[in-house]
This record gives sequence, structure tokens and C-alpha cells, in this order.
Amino acid sequence: MTKLNVWIAKLATPAAIAILLLCAGTANVAATDQPAAVTAEVKIDNFSFGPQTITVPAGTTVTWTNRDDIPHTVVSTDGVFKSKVRDTDEKFSFTFDKAGTYPYYCTIHPKMTGKVVVQ
Amino acid sequence: MPDKKQDFIDQKLQDLNNDGVDRRGFLKCMAWAGTGLVWTLSGGIPVSRAFAKGIDRAAGKGGDFSFVQISDSHMGFNKPANPDVVATLQAAVNKINGLPNQPEFLLHTGDISHLSRPEQFDSVDQILKSATAKDVFFVPGEHDVIDDNGKSYLERYGKNATGSGWYSFDHKGVHFIGLVNVLNLKAGGLGSLGGEQLEWMEKDVKHLKHSTPIVVFAHIPLWAAYPAWGWGTEDSAQALAYLKKFGSVTVLNGHIHQTMQKVEGKVTFHTAMSTAFPQPQPGKADSPGPMKVPAEQLRSVLGITDVNYVRGQHSLAVVDSTLA
Repeated sequence: MTKLNVWIAKLATPAAIAILLLCAGTANVAATDQPAAVTAEVKIDNFSFGPQTITVPAGTTVTWTNRDDIPHTVVSTDGVFKSKVRDTDEKFSFTFDKAGTYPYYCTIHPKMTGKVVVQ
Repeated sequence: MPDKKQDFIDQKLQDLNNDGVDRRGFLKCMAWAGTGLVWTLSGGIPVSRAFAKGIDRAAGKGGDFSFVQISDSHMGFNKPANPDVVATLQAAVNKINGLPNQPEFLLHTGDISHLSRPEQFDSVDQILKSATAKDVFFVPGEHDVIDDNGKSYLERYGKNATGSGWYSFDHKGVHFIGLVNVLNLKAGGLGSLGGEQLEWMEKDVKHLKHSTPIVVFAHIPLWAAYPAWGWGTEDSAQALAYLKKFGSVTVLNGHIHQTMQKVEGKVTFHTAMSTAFPQPQPGKADSPGPMKVPAEQLRSVLGITDVNYVRGQHSLAVVDSTLA
């Protein structure tokens, strides 16, 4: 081998490795890059949550909108989230990052129950 | 007209029958616009008198007295079912001030405000100042304890109360108990009194004579008026068990925005109309929300409840009248 060849090899190999790593890194970054945020809607009307059970992927922001002519609240039974009172047309949003099942209810009218299933 | 009245009576009978209430001790009681019927229970047997001249008693004679229950003023509500709850509450106060026998105090069985806001409570206090009766006793509704677990309600109305706002007082030999059943409600559940309040109540009535007439007032019905809509209290049976020994128990509730009555032995349960808006009869709509009626009919479905105690009769006469 000539000195030049050795030099090129010494330079190229780490560079090649670096490029490979970079590509791998980039691939990883590409894989976890968020597309447009995922959202979901729940309508509150007639003393009920609609849909009563909603299934969403982790990272979804769920927005409840009160279309009833009476105020309601959206409160997790396990203390995960709690809205202030929402009168007609007011909204409450919560982003579900972790997978799991999240039952909730209206604390003013406790017969109103719902569930968010996060996958 | 008589047919309409008969249909109305039959419908009420039907409703009560579907309720599974024992026919013995059955009470048929309603007030329709423009007239009042007074029903008293004497030894468990209903006795009626025309209301036109007021109850047969000299005002203030002996230990006789009356008080008025109002409920569900929902101050701050402004939807089509009633765009002006201030006017209808004022109309209720005017009606009370015009009663032939003036009440010695008022009971408000909750949902004073619509959203627990200070200005809403202030409005009600202001309007009640125009009542001739100066003493008003309150218990909270679920609309009065939103967001802060009843803290602002208690600061305003809980000066003589224990725990989350329950209390009792005596008036001319009648024992009044104000209960709170709108806090710490569980998902899917009904109203709730809770262990601490029940313990207090047991002690409160323990040493009272069996002949003491008892009046219990709380927001949500203390019997299973219609559980599917949350019209009931999970642990009310325990509270009523403490009252078993008494010869006369009257339970006054609100929450359902219509009058409903049930008699069970020596206990009379009665719910009041709202001064704000009516709600549908059990099962007659998808949900128990505000029910819109033609504007000219609104005041005929809102009202007050006049309660008369005649000493020596042990039983209280409960009369509903509308704002029409």
C-alpha cells in the first residue's frame, strides 16, 4: 500500500462509519418525527358524552365541547385530568401521552360517564 | 275543563303507581294554576280544605306558624327555557309577600346559583332582601359547589353549620335539619350524604322526643324519585332510619324542578318547583335538562311551597302554588 492509500483508508473509514451513523441517526429521527398533531372530539349534549368511549393513539389531544344548555365538567376518576366548569360552547382539552384506560365523569351530574382508551 | 283535570289526576296517579308506592298512605296532592288545595295528614288520613281563605289558623296563635320553601333559582342561567331568572325569582318573592299567612322564614333547597359565581349568589341575596320574611336558611345544590368543593358556598352560608354545611335548628317545637348531599359525588352515582354527616345526624336527633315534628331539607331527593336521572341519594336510607321513631317527618327537596310527593308511613317526601325553569317528568325526555314551554306558560310551571304547622296536629300542610 502506498502512503496515500493508507491515508485515504484512514480518513474514509471513519467518515464512512460517520455517514452510516448519521444515516441511522437520521432514520431514527425520521421515525420519531411528529406528523400533524392528532386530535379527537367529544361532544357533550343531552347529559351525555358522545362518543361515550373514544379510542385514540398516544399523543392525541382530546377536546370536549359542551353543546348542552347546562354546564358540565370533565373529571378523571383517577385524578389524571380535571376541567373547570364548562358552560354552553366552552371547551376543555387534554393530551393523552400514555397508553391506558381513562374513565371520567361530570362531577355536577355524576350519572354522566365516559372513557378515553389510549393505545 | 273537568275532563282535563281528571286526566291530570289520573296521570299523576299513574306516575305514582308506576313508582311502586304502597297505596296505603297514598296522597293525591296537586295545585293547579289559580287555585290551591290544602291537604293535611291527620293520623295518616288525608283531609282536604279549599285554600281560598288560607289555612284555618289565627296567625301566630299558640305555636302555629308557616314557612315557605323556594328552590333552584339558578341565578345566572339565561338560556331559552328562561332568559330572565331574576324576574321569576322576584315574582316568587312577591308571591310570598302576598300570602295571607306570612311565613316566619324561608328555606332555599339549593341551586341558588347556576355556576357558583359570587355575583350570582349576590343577586339572589339582593332579591331575597325584598322578602318580608327576613330569615332564610339554605342548603347547597350541585350548582353551588362547582370547582371549589363548596368553599365559597360555605363562606357565604355556612356560619352556623358543621362539616360541609349541614346544621339543625328548632322553631316553635319543630326540629329542622339541613343536609348536604351534593358533594363528593361518585361517577355513575346519586346524591351522597357521607359517613361524617350521618354520624352527626344520628347524634343530633338522638335525644329528641318522639313527638317532635321533624323537617329535613336537602337539595337532591332523599328517596329514589328517578335514579336513572340521578334523582336520589345513595345513603339516604341510613338517614331515614335515624328518624324512624318520630311521629311526623316531612322531607323537603328540590333538584328536579317539579313537584313530586310520596308518603311512606309517617314520612312525607315533597319536592318543590324551581323559580327558574321546569324539567321534564321522569322518562318523558332524553335527559333531565331545562324544558322549554311557551313563554306565556312559564310562570305556571314555576312556583313556591308553603308549609303550615298547626300545633297539636303533628303533621304539616304542604301547599304548592305557581307564579302564574
